[in-house]
Amino acid sequence: MADATLQHDVVQHGSAGDYEAPLFGAYSKKVGMWLFLASDSLTFGALLVAFSYNRISMAAWPTPFGKESIANATIMTACLLSSSLTMVLGVFAAQRGDRAWTRNWLLATMAFGTAFIVLHGMEWSKLIGEGLTLSGFPKAAGPAGEFAAVSQAVPQFPATFFGLTAMHMLHVTIGVIYLGVVALRKLFLAILAVIYIAGYFLIPSDNVFHYGIHVLGLGLILAAVILFLKPKDYDAHDVEVSGLYWHFVDLVWMFIFPLVYLMSTKIT
Amino acid sequence: MHDVPHDDSKGQYFWVWGALLVLTAAEVLLAYKQVFQPVRMLEILLILSVIKSALIIGYFMHLKFERALMRWLLVISVTACFIIMYFFFFPDADRILQLGVK
Repeated sequence: MADATLQHDVVQHGSAGDYEAPLFGAYSKKVGMWLFLASDSLTFGALLVAFSYNRISMAAWPTPFGKESIANATIMTACLLSSSLTMVLGVFAAQRGDRAWTRNWLLATMAFGTAFIVLHGMEWSKLIGEGLTLSGFPKAAGPAGEFAAVSQAVPQFPATFFGLTAMHMLHVTIGVIYLGVVALRKLFLAILAVIYIAGYFLIPSDNVFHYGIHVLGLGLILAAVILFLKPKDYDAHDVEVSGLYWHFVDLVWMFIFPLVYLMSTKIT
Repeated sequence: MHDVPHDDSKGQYFWVWGALLVLTAAEVLLAYKQVFQPVRMLEILLILSVIKSALIIGYFMHLKFERALMRWLLVISVTACFIIMYFFFFPDADRILQLGVK
């Protein structure tokens, strides 16, 4: 037994060297981000399965997305795809040590992401205004819209639609904040605070985003904690890891767009 | 860090971006024309989505150029989870439809 213990010690602390090469040949935060994305893909997988399950099991599944909605969703898709390209260019700039262009490409990526959120918000507001709401939520003011009957007859549709797209929109919002922290560091806190306060007062109180804008407030607190408790100069590795997250957000939309929008078209 | 030598020129990323836009346009065209029945349409759209996601993971997320162990471990584990989800839920969804539950 003593020999076995001794041999074990030799194996553990032998003369092979103190440094052991990483198993995956990548730095730890990159591996950590990949593991997070693998787990997050299962979250979205479960939501997509929930959507598809209801879609298959309901004979009278609504097809509410007309030409205008499909055109809007196509532009949103183009925004995300273009943001992935600018993100890659940002990683290239970071790897060659060009700080100005790294920031510029990250800001371009954020601009595309923000355009996606705004377009998605407009789509949501339009659908809610036409009566598509979750059961138990207050109905839109005014006469019952086109989708009020859909919400009554097939409550699974608004539940899965809003659940899935809200989760994705939250990820895009977190991604924009993440890139803002990497690109601008503490300067971004001031910009985020202004957007949060302006959004809260400018968005009408009967709009869902009047409450949804508090996500920016939570993001502001979290970003401030990170930037003040662990201030650092983000390097090329940090930019690459933030890029992995951003591309994942793009990747998820590549499944939401056809499954949710294109499979529910009302083209006349 | 990467052990696989590869051409990391910017040009290939523009090609990938262009291919993704073209595939998206093809998806939208299929939806507008509605040339296929819903089930066939779903199959084609999913195949196109898998191609698009492979391009994003392989090139934009750089997984194509990572070590083989990392590449296969991630792809196989996540794919296996999705296959398990599929076998658990979709036969049941189809069964409910066959039973005619409204």
